[in-house]
Amino acid sequence: MTTTSEPPLQLTAGEQLVRPSTSLGVFSRPTGETGWKSWLFTVDHKRIGIMYGAAALLFLVIGGIEALLLRLQLAVPGGNVLSEDAYNQVFTMHGVTMVFLVIMPMAAAFANYLLPLQIGARDVAFPRLNAFSLWCFLAGGIFLNTSWFLGGAPDGGWFGYAPNSGLVYSPSHGMDFYALGLQIAGIASLVSAINLITTVLNMRAPGMSLFRMPVLSWMLLVVQFLLLFAIPVITVALFLLSFDRLFGANFFNVEAGADPLLWQHLFWIFGHPEVYILILPAFGIMSEVIPVFSRKPIFGYPFMVFSGIAIGFMGWGVWAHHMFTSGIGPVSVAVFSLSTMFIAVPTGVKILNWLATMWGGRLRFNTAMLYSVGAVAMFTIGGLSGVTHAISPADTQQTDTYYIVAHFHYVIFGGSLMGMLSGFYFWWPKAFGYKLNEKLGKIGFWILLIGFNLTFGPMHILGLQGMSRRIHSYAADSGFNLWNMVASIGAFVIAAGVLLFFWNIGVSRRRARGSPPVGPDPWDARGLEWMTASPVPTHNFDRDITVTRQDEFWHRKWRIGTDGKVTRIARAEDVAHDGSATGVHLPSPSYWPVVVALGLPLVAYGLIYNLWITGIGALVILGGLYGWVFEPPDDPEDHGHDDHHEADPSGEAGNGANGGGASGNGEGEPADGDGARQLAAAGTSGGPVAEAQP
Amino acid sequence: MTDVADPTPAVTTPTDAGHAPPAHPPTTTGLTHNKVAMWLFLGSECLLFGALIAVYMFAKSRLPAGEIGPNDVFDIPFTSVSSFVLLMSSLTMVLALSALNRGEERNFRIWIVATALLGGTFIAGQVYEFTVFVDLGLGYTTNIFGSAFFTLTGFHGAHVTIGIVMLMSALVASLRGRLSPRNAETVELIGLYWHFVDIVWILIFTIIYLFPQ
Amino acid sequence: MTQTPSAPEALEEAAPDAAADHGDEHEHPSDRQYVKIALILGALTALEVFTYFESVHNLGDAAIYVVLIVLMILKFIYVVAWFMHLKFDSVLFRRVFVAGIVLALGVYLVMLTAFRIWGV
Repeated sequence: MTTTSEPPLQLTAGEQLVRPSTSLGVFSRPTGETGWKSWLFTVDHKRIGIMYGAAALLFLVIGGIEALLLRLQLAVPGGNVLSEDAYNQVFTMHGVTMVFLVIMPMAAAFANYLLPLQIGARDVAFPRLNAFSLWCFLAGGIFLNTSWFLGGAPDGGWFGYAPNSGLVYSPSHGMDFYALGLQIAGIASLVSAINLITTVLNMRAPGMSLFRMPVLSWMLLVVQFLLLFAIPVITVALFLLSFDRLFGANFFNVEAGADPLLWQHLFWIFGHPEVYILILPAFGIMSEVIPVFSRKPIFGYPFMVFSGIAIGFMGWGVWAHHMFTSGIGPVSVAVFSLSTMFIAVPTGVKILNWLATMWGGRLRFNTAMLYSVGAVAMFTIGGLSGVTHAISPADTQQTDTYYIVAHFHYVIFGGSLMGMLSGFYFWWPKAFGYKLNEKLGKIGFWILLIGFNLTFGPMHILGLQGMSRRIHSYAADSGFNLWNMVASIGAFVIAAGVLLFFWNIGVSRRRARGSPPVGPDPWDARGLEWMTASPVPTHNFDRDITVTRQDEFWHRKWRIGTDGKVTRIARAEDVAHDGSATGVHLPSPSYWPVVVALGLPLVAYGLIYNLWITGIGALVILGGLYGWVFEPPDDPEDHGHDDHHEADPSGEAGNGANGGGASGNGEGEPADGDGARQLAAAGTSGGPVAEAQP
Repeated sequence: MTDVADPTPAVTTPTDAGHAPPAHPPTTTGLTHNKVAMWLFLGSECLLFGALIAVYMFAKSRLPAGEIGPNDVFDIPFTSVSSFVLLMSSLTMVLALSALNRGEERNFRIWIVATALLGGTFIAGQVYEFTVFVDLGLGYTTNIFGSAFFTLTGFHGAHVTIGIVMLMSALVASLRGRLSPRNAETVELIGLYWHFVDIVWILIFTIIYLFPQ
Repeated sequence: MTQTPSAPEALEEAAPDAAADHGDEHEHPSDRQYVKIALILGALTALEVFTYFESVHNLGDAAIYVVLIVLMILKFIYVVAWFMHLKFDSVLFRRVFVAGIVLALGVYLVMLTAFRIWGV
């Protein structure tokens, strides 16, 4: 889009990163590439991804400690580690933390870091909104966790069933924190979904058609669509709950004619797509890792993609299987029973395809591969126990027992978390320039796998024996003693495995100093993200990559002869960009996303405690948006005609902030042209598409 | 300052000549990021308002007999007029965009003001309606119908209000000479949002007000 | 579920469609057409309100429901197709929007049916 006088292989571009911010902006934009400020104000999708990952790991520790408390309490009958009330808070926060503050942001970490790289883009479509998503998520997570110090955490379960979560049964402020905290995290997810979908649709490298995208990109795209459509449903449910609790509305007031099933329906209409939001990113990661370490292309690529899409669609038609025993009537039960069995089909397709990918491959069992294979195996167990819930008579027995707890830990821990750990080991060298130690990694894997099965395997038995979920203690003569003890021991084994992972990071980081860099492609991998230096330079790629087929990078390294023999035609180092391009115009950092995100928890605190604080929060948001608007334009060429547009979002989100009423919109606001417009200009000029050189 | 359609960048170099942002930045789909994002957002909003309308229908069906309900408060002729007002604001909105596309700044401003005024009239009508309802004894906490009705129409009203703020921003931008046919897309996006809010009201008007109670 | 296979195509097709759209960028409806649409919308609204008054007298509820729903859908489509330009715009937008509407209709109608609010 810029000049043609540049040498052909040079990125065009732009002016220097730091440019005189003249007349137009009221505020200058932050500069500098190192130091904490450069992270706080960054709009770089890679840094944002890394921070998402770090935050997720931090919350993993918090949620893990909560899990250990639960297992300590249940290790022996009549445990007295936690009071009943504390137990309710701990299991609620364990669930909320693991679902919303660990798995989802971890997936967002991979999405942010890898999605633009895999499609050959230079950043996301709306970099500042991307930063806003991160801070907004973090604000929500921290807000939720401050409830521990402000009169008690949420205690109504992660599913928050109303009216149990209403004022009558949950009088502390805990569930207010739950409703408002998840609302804030939801805004982050929605904004991020809009941003990433736009990125995938609009910013692919030349030749990168949708069906040349890696499976991970596909799965992440499906997840973003699920978020796009599922978040508003939980938004409404949470608003209704908040209005009931804060303003005395009657949505869940059974005396006034309300029906407890209303919450259950709304929550699970969101909740079941949410299940796939949790698992599909891990499926994508496994689909990247397994081919690389099997030295074969993914088996049945179109089937992998279509089954992912099918899961996304069908995930909308199975929600009531969470409610088989809630009294929804025989017809509903039969219908949802059937649809639930159907959804096992595309999932099975995926499992078979992973196995077929490995079949006949030259397998290398690196840590990443071990975690992926482990995830496939554990997920299969969880999937099979899931099919047993689809059969409603059996489910009637299993509902609210530890069998269910076993099931969803096998899919979410065994599937999602293990898949993501695989991703950590696989992409670590790409993000940080050094590999994680393989030996420690493998030991850690086996410890984790054994601990995991020790913990959750016995829960199948406990559940079938009739042990209820969420009970605070059990009698010594219930017959639950042995397996509870085993599960508790297992939990500490898991903790050891997780600690080893953190220790591995420290050790590997220390050893990496002074040792040679890993090079762009340490695993002989296939995706475009490996086609640039490690760690990835700020501008991602030195030049545009023209994609001619799936697994473009691999095909540039290897040739498949007519006899089927594979011969190397180039070294990865020769194919990959070395990151030396200079003068690439990139979006400038910005102060304002973090300011706007800061205002949201203030608004939420105010709704709970004092409306004046809400007012202050609203002012912070308005001020933040004002700053956002009057920030000097990002693109030096863009002076003058665009900067004012962002006035609109300020109005919009400002209103959103002003109270429940409009916050549905506050969420949307990013989509609305303005905030985005200038970004778009920056995004495109920063993006490869715009900079295509003949 | 009024007819600066294309403020010249401070640093004009020869290479800048071919550098004016194209009406549609080169993207994979040929569509702008903003418009894609806007439609995604509107798709998402369908689920939001769908849920609110469904909750309303459910709540109405569970309203205990004898409680103050729709029949006791709705004033159809009044609401018909305000619905018509909002509907016509969609017309003025498209006329505004169409004027801007032709570069007729004056007409653009007239139509944008008209749109905002019609929207404001609608909101005023809603506020009036709310106060009448409260006087009739239907408050937010009175019963399940009251909670659902005020929440649904309140959410819609908040959307309209935000729309008005955006329209006013566009007006200010135009007065400061910063809107031209080239960046009419901003107005187009505001328009999309505005029309969306209008179609939500089309649904609400029929389902909430006109359906036999 | 039947839509599943077409979804990716939907996204893929967006490109050529969009390109085509740029050609007729200037073939937006004229102001006259807009006014015509608005008149139709006004007339439909009048009809709707008329059914309300009429209903006070006779007509069964079922008939009124049908008429009102048809009128509502007509108004909805007119605004979306003309005022929101969906008729003329990229197919990608149409599919995103329709996906939202279909999903919303699907899940919420099933929910309301499970609550048996239709009185059947």
